Amino acid sequence: MRDSVEFAIATGLPIVGRRITCIRGNTTILDNVDVTIEQGVTTFILGPNGAGKSTLLRVLHGLLAPTRGTIAWNVSNVRPPGQAMVFQRPVLLRRSAERNVRYALARAGVRGGDADRRIFHALSHVGLVKAATRPARALSGGEQQRLALARAWALEPEVLFLDEPTASLDPAATRAVEEIVRDIRGRGTTIVMTTHNLAQAKRLADEVVFLHEGRLAEHTPAAEFFRAPRSKEAAVYLEGERL
Amino acid sequence: MTATGSFADSFTLAYSLIAGFDPKLVEIVTLSLKVSLASTVAAACIGLPMGAGIAVVRFPGRGAVIAVLNALMGLPPVVVGLLVYLLLSRAGPLGTFGLLFTPKAMVIAQTILIAPILAALSRQIIEDAWSEYREQLTSLRAGPLDAAMTLLWDTRFSLATVLLAGFGRAVAEVGAVMIVGGNIDGVTRVMTTTIALETSKGDLPLALGLGLVLLAIVLILNMAAQWTRVWAHARFG
Repeated sequence: MRDSVEFAIATGLPIVGRRITCIRGNTTILDNVDVTIEQGVTTFILGPNGAGKSTLLRVLHGLLAPTRGTIAWNVSNVRPPGQAMVFQRPVLLRRSAERNVRYALARAGVRGGDADRRIFHALSHVGLVKAATRPARALSGGEQQRLALARAWALEPEVLFLDEPTASLDPAATRAVEEIVRDIRGRGTTIVMTTHNLAQAKRLADEVVFLHEGRLAEHTPAAEFFRAPRSKEAAVYLEGERL
Repeated sequence: MTATGSFADSFTLAYSLIAGFDPKLVEIVTLSLKVSLASTVAAACIGLPMGAGIAVVRFPGRGAVIAVLNALMGLPPVVVGLLVYLLLSRAGPLGTFGLLFTPKAMVIAQTILIAPILAALSRQIIEDAWSEYREQLTSLRAGPLDAAMTLLWDTRFSLATVLLAGFGRAVAEVGAVMIVGGNIDGVTRVMTTTIALETSKGDLPLALGLGLVLLAIVLILNMAAQWTRVWAHARFG
């Protein structure tokens, strides 16, 4: 049964960024960041607003070329297939929920019966089978984000990037999203995610990449990070969040 | 007969022309709609892909192209008419086709007139959508052409209102069709040119009747545009 099968593994890992620097106008958004994303390690990118979390995520996904520095997906410098991204505000097309997933699959070259199966599985895993024919943009905020996750799920990605996927959701919808992310990870997908929700990071993260003003402050196993962060910046941030 | 009397009589006569489906009036209205519809379709085939392309592709001189396109929205119809007249006249480069003073010439003129309008308005709409969709579509590995097609389809309701605006501009325009059509009775006479002619001749009922029909068409177009927007927003968000 395909449900028990792990997602096909492409070969875009590890992702290695070296001295990544992003400058927009006069602002340095990322400053000499070295980071490696290993297969199977759930990595959370944390940091205060404006630290460069979303920008780093986009560079790792290949949406944004760094101004300086290099990014390599398993030594290739071409963005590989097998990646998907879920954004803070889901971008859904003006068509039905099911057709949104189908659209993504078609771009990945998946059509016909295989596409039908994947769409059904993805929609049922996020609890949207009954909403399959509804216009995607008429769904509630939580449903829209679940649909965005279903779209990513159907692609059976090797790596899934999530940019604050629960930032505008209520606690129940947030829990639902976390459950889905856990399920996707259970299929062998490597998760790279940003959040402001520290409890969420504690629940899901294996490792934490902490950014402060565009610089990498530390890259630490999650348990250690939350117990005793190595950098002063992270300590101050965690202290502020606890207050 | 007093002036007020003639005015009221004209209205009565105009009404009876419309209500009685006066053959001459029907013929003129039909030609008007045919010419403007053909122009809108032709202009859409040029303007929409152009708008989508400019919205999605970054190229040197893009800002200038957009500025020119926006300026062309205000093309004076008489100037377009003159231009097409020169092209199609016997001595002109396209004179051999013998198109001057035919409905085809009118379609060409109106197409030139409204294609920039459709391109400029659709460019704006598609570019707004592109700024929202760009990262997601890039993440899904959609190429520029694929993205442009996706955006055209996803903004289809806004684009429908753009087409209605283009049609409205074409059907209400007088200068271009007057020059290249020649306002020939039974051949190239449309609502606007007939109104101009009949008014100057003093035949107010036909002018007024056509004026009322034209007003009604423009009103219906705008209501359709409004209704499309409201419906699509409620249905598709």
